[in-house]
Amino acid sequence: MSTYTDTMRETARRLLQECKVELVIGFRRGSRPMMNEPCLVRKPEDADQLVWDSNCGINLANYLTNRKEKIGIFAKGCDSRNIVTHILENKVQRDQLTVIGVPCLGMIDKRKIAAATEGEILEVTENGDTITVKTAAGEKQFAKAEVMQQNCSVCTHRNPVIHDEMIADPVPEQTDVDPYADVAAIDAMDLEERWAYFDDLLDPCIRCYACRNACPLCYCPTCFVDESKPQWVGKGQDAMDVRTFHFLRAYHCAGRCTDCGACERACPVGINMRLLTKKLNKDCKELYDWEAGLSLDKRPALDSYQANDPENFIK
Amino acid sequence: MKVIKIEKSQWAEGLEKARQSMRLIGPVAEKGYHSFQELAPGQAPDLDFQNSRLSPKGLAFPQSEVMLTYTMDKNDPECGIMKEADKDYGPRAVIGIRPCDAKALALVKMNFDTDEYKDPYWLNLYNATTFVGLACDAPCATCFCTTAGSGPFDEQGLDVLLVDQPEHYLAKALTDKGTQWLQAAGFTAETDGAAAIDKAKSAAQARITAKIETEHLRGADTMALYNADFWEDVAFACINCGTCTFTCPTCWCFDIQDETSRGQGVRMRNWDSCMFPIFTVHTTGHNPRDTKIHRVRQRFMHKLKYFVDKYDQGIMCVGCGRCVNQCPVNIDIRRASALMNRVGQDARCAVQEG
Repeated sequence: MSTYTDTMRETARRLLQECKVELVIGFRRGSRPMMNEPCLVRKPEDADQLVWDSNCGINLANYLTNRKEKIGIFAKGCDSRNIVTHILENKVQRDQLTVIGVPCLGMIDKRKIAAATEGEILEVTENGDTITVKTAAGEKQFAKAEVMQQNCSVCTHRNPVIHDEMIADPVPEQTDVDPYADVAAIDAMDLEERWAYFDDLLDPCIRCYACRNACPLCYCPTCFVDESKPQWVGKGQDAMDVRTFHFLRAYHCAGRCTDCGACERACPVGINMRLLTKKLNKDCKELYDWEAGLSLDKRPALDSYQANDPENFIK
Repeated sequence: MKVIKIEKSQWAEGLEKARQSMRLIGPVAEKGYHSFQELAPGQAPDLDFQNSRLSPKGLAFPQSEVMLTYTMDKNDPECGIMKEADKDYGPRAVIGIRPCDAKALALVKMNFDTDEYKDPYWLNLYNATTFVGLACDAPCATCFCTTAGSGPFDEQGLDVLLVDQPEHYLAKALTDKGTQWLQAAGFTAETDGAAAIDKAKSAAQARITAKIETEHLRGADTMALYNADFWEDVAFACINCGTCTFTCPTCWCFDIQDETSRGQGVRMRNWDSCMFPIFTVHTTGHNPRDTKIHRVRQRFMHKLKYFVDKYDQGIMCVGCGRCVNQCPVNIDIRRASALMNRVGQDARCAVQEG
């Protein structure tokens, strides 16, 4: 995917030169291995800072919320689905946007690489499917599939669902994956086991809200955890308050989440809170045959009613 | 200054001896990361680490701390009266704190211990603690302590500095508290280790290649920095989470909350973050820092300009690199400081320079 960079720079430059957009949202090279920084380019001559590789896991749709300019935005499959969701939820208008589609082959998971290597990671480079990691202890190579973000490895929407331009030809979609195997494993636990599992999962949380803030869905002007009249949830490190935050946030994302993985990726303490939203994605799929952000022409599962909606869960 | 030689074969026994008179806290590995925790009898601190994921500032400034308790029970004659919460301020020693983090505690002390105000919660915990630091032999690629007023062998804020040698530790007693701790542990074998310590120190300093540029910040015109044209670019990626401020050893802001449940209440303080929009919301609903550009600028201006001007003790950063490493969108204080420093080179302030 690093071969996209040149085309991206040309595209951004052209769109800015032709005044089709006022700004382009993309990524620039980060200062750390496996990190790129979302950036905004306003001048054609600044387009050369744009880059693309397997470290662009942050969801750029998050940077569109309530913007009023004409915007060019690079969008991999999940980003494009969140752009669709943003348009449906009136957070941005379709005619403001020039969506530059980026067929995606998955993002790498820096924690998987850290866990599989010895010593501090000094440099990570990619060449096709091969990821080379340089550490203080030496060099190690991985096949990309081994170190990919889990959500990417089960992704079935790698190509953008809407686009005005494309950076490259579409990539083949994965069809032989089970996106919900991890949810099924938790479903299979008995009540106590599941409680203990979630306790352990959320135990390291420091309530920095990186998961919420990295999420394009979490754009409420005041999040329920920040409300003071009434105060819905305590502000300390009490396990019940921490759980309340995570569980309620997940429910607010029901039928809207694209499993882009930005939340898990952003978490400084490595919590896989995606498990919560995925359970709801699975329910939406099973109950309403609904996957978020696939079409501008359909209303989301939870803001429309149909006479044949299943109701056997209402007891 | 006394240097004591501690044979590694005697280390565990010495710690157990010290434990007779104080609690011990040290780095513990859990799920692949280190954090500072109370050590159980027989448990040794895991000193094979670069640094803890979260800074140890919580040792004196817990993320959530009960300050006062009260009852709302109308039948209780003490209904509604705030009482000091029960706390254990017994003596304790932190083993293996890194010099940058100890320096950070000394720096935070400037805020919690002033002529005008003394924060009893912070000071009680701080004063009850002996800080036994572990010099840094293998700094991270993101460590820039040597240009942030600290260093891998920095002694500020420490009572003892341990220097790791193949078969033993060289322990430099830096304060009376440090000497007492070494005695309590039975570490008394004086040695002439100064040369070995200096050698290890130079080698460690040479390993630090990352830098932060700060030389023009103090003399810079504050408004020129505030109005600089780079803030939109610096702040764009920011998602306004609290990762940088929560992992930072020098961020000291907190929020106070009363929580009452079934008639029993606590007044607690929790870490707060200038990155959060509600940090500055007034009761009127007005928010003077209502955009992320305002908030990101505030964080860097506080650390790199307001603090510098107020205390004249350098920047409010010790170069531990946690914010750089853990920011989900790779906002880098070194880059922000370089941009500010460049502005400061030209836009000088006569008052600051004088």
